[in-house]
Amino acid sequence: MSDILVTEQSQPGADGSGRPSGRLLEVEDLRVEFRTRDGVAKVINGVTYHVDAGETLAVLGESGSGKSVTAQAVMGILDTPPGFVTGGEVRFHGKDMLTMSAEERRRIRGEGIAMIFQDALSALNPVFTIGFQIAEQFRIRRGLGRAEAKKRAIEMLDQVKIPNAKGRFSNYPHQFSGGMRQRAMIAMSLALDPEVLIADEPTTALDVTVQAQIMDLLAELQRERQMGLILITHDLGVVADVADRIAVMYAGRIVEEADVFELYAKPAHPYTLGLIDSIPRMDERGQQLRTIKGLPPNLMNIPPGCPFNPRCPMAQPVCREKVPPLLQIGSNRASACHFAEELVNRD
Amino acid sequence: MSDPSTASIVSTPPTEAGSGAPVDAGLPENARREKPRGLLGDAWSDLRRKPLFWISATFILIFVLMAAFPSLFTSGDAVNGALSRSRVEPSGDAWFGYDVQGRDVYARVIYGARASIIVALVSTVGTLLIGGAIGMLAGYLGGWADALLSRFGDIFFGLPFVLGAIVILTTFNGAGSSNNEWYIMALVIMSLVVLSWPVVMRLMRSSVLATKEADYIMAARALGAGTGRIIIKHLLPNCLAPLLVYGTILVGSFIGAEATLSFLGIGLKSPVVSWGIMISEAQNYIRVSPFLLFFPSAFLVTAVLSFVMLGEAVREALDPKLR
Amino acid sequence: MGRYLLRRLLQLVPVFIGTTFLIYWLVWSVPGDPFAGKCGDRRCPDTYINFMTEKYQLDQSIWVQYATYMKNLFQGDFGVTYNNRAVGDIIATAYPNTLKLAVVALAIEAIIGLSAGVLTGLRRNGFLDNLVLVSTLFLIALPVFVIGFILQWLLGVKWGIVDPTVSSEMRFSELLLPGFVLGSASMAYVARVARTSIAENRRADYVRTAIAKGLPMRRVVGVHLLRNSLIPVVTLLGTDLGALMGGAIVTEGIFSINGIGRAVLRAIVTKESATVVSIVVVLVLVYLLMNLLVDLLYAALDPRIRYE
Repeated sequence: MSDILVTEQSQPGADGSGRPSGRLLEVEDLRVEFRTRDGVAKVINGVTYHVDAGETLAVLGESGSGKSVTAQAVMGILDTPPGFVTGGEVRFHGKDMLTMSAEERRRIRGEGIAMIFQDALSALNPVFTIGFQIAEQFRIRRGLGRAEAKKRAIEMLDQVKIPNAKGRFSNYPHQFSGGMRQRAMIAMSLALDPEVLIADEPTTALDVTVQAQIMDLLAELQRERQMGLILITHDLGVVADVADRIAVMYAGRIVEEADVFELYAKPAHPYTLGLIDSIPRMDERGQQLRTIKGLPPNLMNIPPGCPFNPRCPMAQPVCREKVPPLLQIGSNRASACHFAEELVNRD
Repeated sequence: MSDPSTASIVSTPPTEAGSGAPVDAGLPENARREKPRGLLGDAWSDLRRKPLFWISATFILIFVLMAAFPSLFTSGDAVNGALSRSRVEPSGDAWFGYDVQGRDVYARVIYGARASIIVALVSTVGTLLIGGAIGMLAGYLGGWADALLSRFGDIFFGLPFVLGAIVILTTFNGAGSSNNEWYIMALVIMSLVVLSWPVVMRLMRSSVLATKEADYIMAARALGAGTGRIIIKHLLPNCLAPLLVYGTILVGSFIGAEATLSFLGIGLKSPVVSWGIMISEAQNYIRVSPFLLFFPSAFLVTAVLSFVMLGEAVREALDPKLR
Repeated sequence: MGRYLLRRLLQLVPVFIGTTFLIYWLVWSVPGDPFAGKCGDRRCPDTYINFMTEKYQLDQSIWVQYATYMKNLFQGDFGVTYNNRAVGDIIATAYPNTLKLAVVALAIEAIIGLSAGVLTGLRRNGFLDNLVLVSTLFLIALPVFVIGFILQWLLGVKWGIVDPTVSSEMRFSELLLPGFVLGSASMAYVARVARTSIAENRRADYVRTAIAKGLPMRRVVGVHLLRNSLIPVVTLLGTDLGALMGGAIVTEGIFSINGIGRAVLRAIVTKESATVVSIVVVLVLVYLLMNLLVDLLYAALDPRIRYE
């Protein structure tokens, strides 16, 4: 029955060997396309990233850049159809999840890799209490009895700092405020003590003050539990405080990956540069906001060469012909720009 | 009489282009007309591609022709029979056989279309007009008038359909006081309308409530448009779509309801020819001559299905969510 | 909740009075002489005329008559037939049969309609989906008496699988066919509503969350998806139970079941006005209360709905 809701892809990996590299979660050359009536949209075109225990990777990009779809493919919750994984590997502890049996993969969800979503109101089931939805993890996945599961669920609510956890156990999602709802969502996803947590725009739907609280909570829980955290966001401000490394996505590709300080100080891709430049700054009040001109490409018809070339202020003829691969520059960073070196070494 | 709902959809040609919008007072006139037409135009281009629509529309056309000109389809006599042919099975001579009275079943099912179609169409028009008008009033006026009209509708809504029809029909035609075919037909139509209008009223009321607060209505009111003008020119065109769909399906269910009442012996009566009467007469011979039951049932079912299918097709075409 | 209930009950009162008054007026008051054609083909016996006139104050205005009638009704006195049989007895004998039939019909609707709806909702556009769509269209379009006759003839007469009519014992097995016939149209609606509801909710965010939690697919569908999708279906079933309890005049007639529908039809044919009015009043009351119950049920099923 699993194919009704999620179709597992049994695409063989690039080499299928699953080299043990010591990484916790690795995504390698992942490819996803959406097959619709109007055509095939290549949404993910070879994404590679990894996260280790205790580390926070921020995946940054505009909406439509494929950052959420990558996460869904990793979790195995892609809507199929229209979404199909057409290539690549997703390795958890070195083992490719895309070639696992559906049952093996299901066991990793929640226990190995858990996920929290942008809109907790629609992501939580409206007809069950918050308590039920957290306790369900203990009852179904851990086989605990009702009373014990309830006790553990209340502990979880306490851990995410929901006041009066005991009383709120039997509340429904619509009776929670937005921030409390996201806390409850976090409690639910952490119930089984996962090694990796994927947070898909966890604060986008919240007020600014609440956003900071939730980010602090996430950072704290991550430190305590030494989890790998993949933070998906379009908000550079959110990223700066918590992330260790940043992967910038554009048109279904990683265009730059770097340590957070290096990336801010010396972006190695014109797109990243544009993103940083478009942050409103206090010392430039009164001036016009800078934006990246143009629109992201139509994924059904990605331009040849570098996908960013139509919007790139530095585009050269080579950019319209050759897709720049994601290459190491320096010790611990990578960029997919033909002129990455020039960018880093300018000034 | 042709089917009102098909007619209004079919006759919506997408000829808006090229007319060039006048700039002066004609502008609101034009803007107003564009909205329903855009929707109906879309629906029509969607409908045109549906085989379901063409099949049901063809059947409906045939039934309407049958009701209007039965002699096109048969030269037989639907009313008079010869007892010597009582319950003669179907043959090349008489395709559908003869009934108990020795009447030609084929001729009877053809002539039976007229009563069913007339009753169903007139009842539908009546139901839509009365229910629509009251629903429009209730939704537009709101407050006390709405509460009063809604409760008034509930009174009729609270009557189970068949039960209510039986009571009404026996009351007004109690001691078999009249056997005039038109009188009974009018009674049947009346009871169908009286018992069905609250549904249309609720439908109309809720869609008026939904559009009443829309910005363009507010704008029209602010510009000084009167109540009558707002209702007729602005609200009505926007509330028409669900009514249209319901009306089409209603024709189908009224054909079935008319047959049910005739079958129970309280609707149309012999010598009127109707499918319900034929089925009712056939039920006593179900063991020996099942064909007597089969042919009128088949016609009845086809007619009802055609209208219900047409309604479905129109509903899907009008509902952008289902595309 | 309590205040909401009270308000709804108060709203019921005018509707109940209006409907019953309408029936009373139609049956007793319209044709002039209240006893013309009220006692079958004969003239009413004088004793009955005198008895009724006195008991219901038939020589007074319609308002007084109606009030008197209602007063009696609420004291448990449903009136008598002209054969001096208590109408209350008729209802007491017939109603259990109607209830049995209603329950069987509802069970069949729920089981067949729901399974068809859930299966097709999960797998749309397959062969089964189209089959269910077409067959539900047929069931909705066919008048009950046509389905009844065709199945009675096919299963009862031609193939002899079941008895064409129901015996007075009302065995469960005998009620299956009439129950199916009676519930056929609603079964189709249940299937369609369930299908739409499942298909809509299937892609809902909370279903995705349930999968991301690593729950077994059985539980994702059986608990998270179904519980949400069932809300409109259960409401539909409740409304239908109210309609079914109003008696099935046609079905009871076809299968010779001595239920309330047949009793009221017989009373109408034999022109037994006192019986007609009393039965209809009872049925209307049941129908209205069932509709109220459905509203409350809806609130119980969906925690987001709160009646202040």
